[in-house]
Amino acid sequence: MSIQLTESAHGSGGEQAATSHLLVPGELDLSHQVILYLDGISVSFDGFKALDDLTLAIDAGELRCIIGPNGAGKTTMMDVITGKTRPDAGTAFFGQTLDLTRLTEAEIAHAGIGRKFQKPTIFESHSVFENLELAMKTDKRVRRSLFSVIDDQTKDRISDTLRLIRLAADADRAAGALSHGQKQWLEIGMLLMQEPKLLLLDEPVAGMTDEETERTGELFLSLAGKHSLVVVEHDMAFIEQLGGKVTVLHEGSVLAEDNLATVQADPRVIEVYLGR
Amino acid sequence: MTTPFAIRFLEATPRKGQAALAGFAALVLLLAVLHLFAPPGSPLHVSGYVITVGGKIMCYAIVAVAMDLIWGYAGILSLGHGVFFALGGYAFGMYLMRAIGHDGVYQSSLPDFMVFLDWKELPWYWIGSEHLAWALILVLVVPALLALVFGYFAFRSRIKGVYFSIITQAMTYAFMLLFFRNETGFGGNNGFTDFKRIAGYAITTPDMRVTLFALSAATLAATLLLGRYLVTSKFGRVLTAIRDAESRTMFIGYNPLWYKLFIWTLSAVLCAIAGALYVPQVGIINPSEMSPANSIEIAIWVAVGGRGTLIGPVLGAFLVNLAKSWFTVAFPEYWLFFLALLFIGVTLFLPEGMMGLWRRLRGRIAA
Amino acid sequence: MRLFKLLLPLLVLLLVRVAPAHAALDPAVLQPLAADDYDAKLAVIGKLVDIGGPDALRVLKALSDDALAVAGGRIVVIDGERVVDAATGVEIKPAPEDSDGITINNYVRRRLDDALARLRLFAPERATRLAAARDLLDHVAADMAPLLGRALATETDPQIKALLALADAQASLKNPDAAIRLAAVKTLARSSDPSVVHLLAALEDPKTEPDERVRLEAGASLRAVKSRLAFADNVGRVFSGLSLASILLLAAMGLAITYGVMGVINMAHGELLMVGAYSAYATQTLFARFFPGAQDAYLVAAVPVAFFVAAAVGMAMERTVIRWLYGRPLETLLATWGLSLFLIQSARVIFGAQNVEVSNPRWMSGGIQLFADVTLPWNRIVIIGFSLFVLLLVWVLMNKTRLGMFVRAVTQNRAMAGCVGVPTGRIDTLAFGLGAGIAGLGGVALSQLSNVGPDMGQGYIVDSFMVVVLGGVGQLAGAAWAALGLGVASKFLEGWLGAVISKILVLAFIIVFIQKRPQGLFALKGRFVDN
Repeated sequence: MSIQLTESAHGSGGEQAATSHLLVPGELDLSHQVILYLDGISVSFDGFKALDDLTLAIDAGELRCIIGPNGAGKTTMMDVITGKTRPDAGTAFFGQTLDLTRLTEAEIAHAGIGRKFQKPTIFESHSVFENLELAMKTDKRVRRSLFSVIDDQTKDRISDTLRLIRLAADADRAAGALSHGQKQWLEIGMLLMQEPKLLLLDEPVAGMTDEETERTGELFLSLAGKHSLVVVEHDMAFIEQLGGKVTVLHEGSVLAEDNLATVQADPRVIEVYLGR
Repeated sequence: MTTPFAIRFLEATPRKGQAALAGFAALVLLLAVLHLFAPPGSPLHVSGYVITVGGKIMCYAIVAVAMDLIWGYAGILSLGHGVFFALGGYAFGMYLMRAIGHDGVYQSSLPDFMVFLDWKELPWYWIGSEHLAWALILVLVVPALLALVFGYFAFRSRIKGVYFSIITQAMTYAFMLLFFRNETGFGGNNGFTDFKRIAGYAITTPDMRVTLFALSAATLAATLLLGRYLVTSKFGRVLTAIRDAESRTMFIGYNPLWYKLFIWTLSAVLCAIAGALYVPQVGIINPSEMSPANSIEIAIWVAVGGRGTLIGPVLGAFLVNLAKSWFTVAFPEYWLFFLALLFIGVTLFLPEGMMGLWRRLRGRIAA
Repeated sequence: MRLFKLLLPLLVLLLVRVAPAHAALDPAVLQPLAADDYDAKLAVIGKLVDIGGPDALRVLKALSDDALAVAGGRIVVIDGERVVDAATGVEIKPAPEDSDGITINNYVRRRLDDALARLRLFAPERATRLAAARDLLDHVAADMAPLLGRALATETDPQIKALLALADAQASLKNPDAAIRLAAVKTLARSSDPSVVHLLAALEDPKTEPDERVRLEAGASLRAVKSRLAFADNVGRVFSGLSLASILLLAAMGLAITYGVMGVINMAHGELLMVGAYSAYATQTLFARFFPGAQDAYLVAAVPVAFFVAAAVGMAMERTVIRWLYGRPLETLLATWGLSLFLIQSARVIFGAQNVEVSNPRWMSGGIQLFADVTLPWNRIVIIGFSLFVLLLVWVLMNKTRLGMFVRAVTQNRAMAGCVGVPTGRIDTLAFGLGAGIAGLGGVALSQLSNVGPDMGQGYIVDSFMVVVLGGVGQLAGAAWAALGLGVASKFLEGWLGAVISKILVLAFIIVFIQKRPQGLFALKGRFVDN
């Protein structure tokens, strides 16, 4: 009955009144400075090894970029972290105590991991405002949703975020009517409303103009430190802008891990991208 | 937090909706008064047939709204809602059977069909069915439990879309087979009929007819108010979010299981209440109410009216069932053809039903 | 013919000469038949049985057929215009003016039937002897032992001999000699006749069987017979399970293409079965009118007719309705339900609301008798074979032909298939037509087993969806295994719990199964599956 954990973990008081240490973001154990630790993760689909003994550690507050050719296992790795796919072997720890392989998607979200999909997934028939309202960190159980009222504090939080993602003027528009870049930003905004400890961003600047891309980069840099970010990208200029450590995935495991310049000079990496 | 909940509940319905409900109440009252007090010869008299058909269709309308809550707002198409309707009907029918007392054909304290099967005593699940209050509890609890258990397992395994539709159809089919058996203890093929009285009052009097009619109308109005509150609350927004992008709702921390389960069970209970109101008005309940064809017909009422709206399903239920009443008398051969064309035509040309058509027309006039 | 008739007496004479065993009966033996004393008649019957031979058989048959009479003091057989001397078999010319029929009462008739059965045991034709042995086995009496002994001594056919041995053993159970009873009980262990169970069970009781060895042996034999009966029962169930599986498979195979491969949920699939069944009916009617001589061949013609009619209906459905709803499964479900109502009502208008009669051709009636009460009907055997044939056909079509390759390409990546020149629209129509045509074939098979009526398809839609879902969407092999498993399992459950409960249990099982393995038995696993 692991599902019930979410239900019971959030008492009537909302954020603070929790009893189960497993699921409370406030109790995330970062004593070793590591927020995410994947150890020996393997996933296979019908004999195809999507992840092969993948080991990866992300520090608290770090901004990490992950690159790799198609089929390297980037999306599968995110699926494992967010509970969408269960690994065949290996462990995935959030902080020191939370075993991600035993939690549901919703529990993982509550624990403080936010995810942006490769293709922007937002609620197209809801307004921009409602998208953010739904994402906001709060008690997300049925009973609270049935009786909740949007108070002034909530409205303030939402309008702050709307300004940050430059959608203040579009608050009442249907999200489906936004441009592709705006949708990307709305999704990032939703992520921020969740106040996650760790953000997983799958190709966040795909389809954005250069200017939008640069602004996104600035946003991410301002988030780092407070949050930990894992960015999967193909856009090397964007990765250069972000700085930080780069991990290269290949055939489901880590091929190289260093700063961008070193990685780009690594002959094995060059081989993987250009060779064969 | 400052506004009391009751006020918020009512305020969820906009002015126009409140006015429409008031109009509806006035119409119901007028029909009831004309049936009771206008003498049968007068041109103003409303016949018992009209009252009964009206009450029956209002029960259907409740079912349609319940179906719309789950299909239109949560995107889950149930092809088994007939089972909840029928279970509500059977639960109340048990009371009606017991209320016959010794006035049955065999003048036994057991219902006639049990005497016919040569049963000597009531099966255990009939215990207490002579009390109206217990019957009302059964009406609510039995379908709710079935919905809860079935829904829990189905939604937990993330069965959705067509898969869910098919297994709900299988469920109602299985229940129909079960209730067709004489040994199940619900009258087999013939079900329950020949009811005599409710709470001591004879069932065929105009007074009783009007009472049931008014109760159906009140339940329909309450269902609409409740529906309105739900779909405008945050709960409703989460529900439509789940309908449109389920995985996104999970990744922002909602567990769709409980949301779906809540609306699914609520929808089932609404159907059951409608079933309990329906049985005394039509005077019979039998397993054919659980046939898959009946359940899928509910979906067409909703589709014709327009799903994702609350008034649409009510309109659809009235239109389709009035058409059915007329066709089956005037051109019985062609009713199924008409129904078939309705299924095909609405899905192909009117995906948003009458309400969608109305919106489009209004948009064109405005433009 | 006339020459033959003239020669006949001569031939009879010759036969009498050549085969002295067939010498005429002594008229004195028959004489008591003329009296009104039934006991005397019984005595004659007994004597005739002891004498045996074709003449005795002829007389007893005539007596049984009320063709025996007294004419001029002689016992004669009246055969239409002819009158034959009963004792010699020689025609009497000129025929006597008047004759007095010999009557028998019911008691005599019963003994007479027995007597005839016994005599038939010695008939020269194998089939007559086999039938007689089976008849006898149904009502063995203690006084048959000597007769059976004689028959056993002369019988050479092993099958008849085995039957006779069983009958002999049953007759010997009352023998005062314990050794003979013991041997009989041992022989009975080989029986697979349910009635033997009671005989042996009675022998376990010390009150009816004084000898302990016989009692013990009876117990052992009883167990052997019971286990054989249980085996026969299970064989019967497996067979009816196979038969149900073949029907489920035929119903589900079309669906495996339309739903499994194309992803179109077709609620009118059952009605395509109905279309196939009515096609068989129409073919039968046409044959009855235009080729009455070849009536039995109508079924062969019905197979392609049903395939193409159902395929045409299916393609029309795809072109007019389903095509516009690709990617909207719930709408497709509702629209195809509308189509199913349309087809049902059309069938009612065209053929009437009543069920119509589709008969088995002669070569499909009858069956193979495996055990005393387990017969495998030919029509079911043929349909099992037919379903395997269709399975093979579909497999070849989907895996080895261009059409199949196109269908698979379109379903895996429609846009890409279109880019490389696959006419995707036409492939959709053809694939749907193929699925519908296979449903039509299923309908032909159904018409041979059950009633053909407008509503016949409704019962199959849930079942066939269950097969497809259980087997795993898009998996032909999965559908076949699922059909087999569901068919056999539901027949066994039916044996224990009755049809309705077993049906409910199967549905409940599938609902639970989908919980555990939503992708079915054989489905692919991968990151594309759940979206």
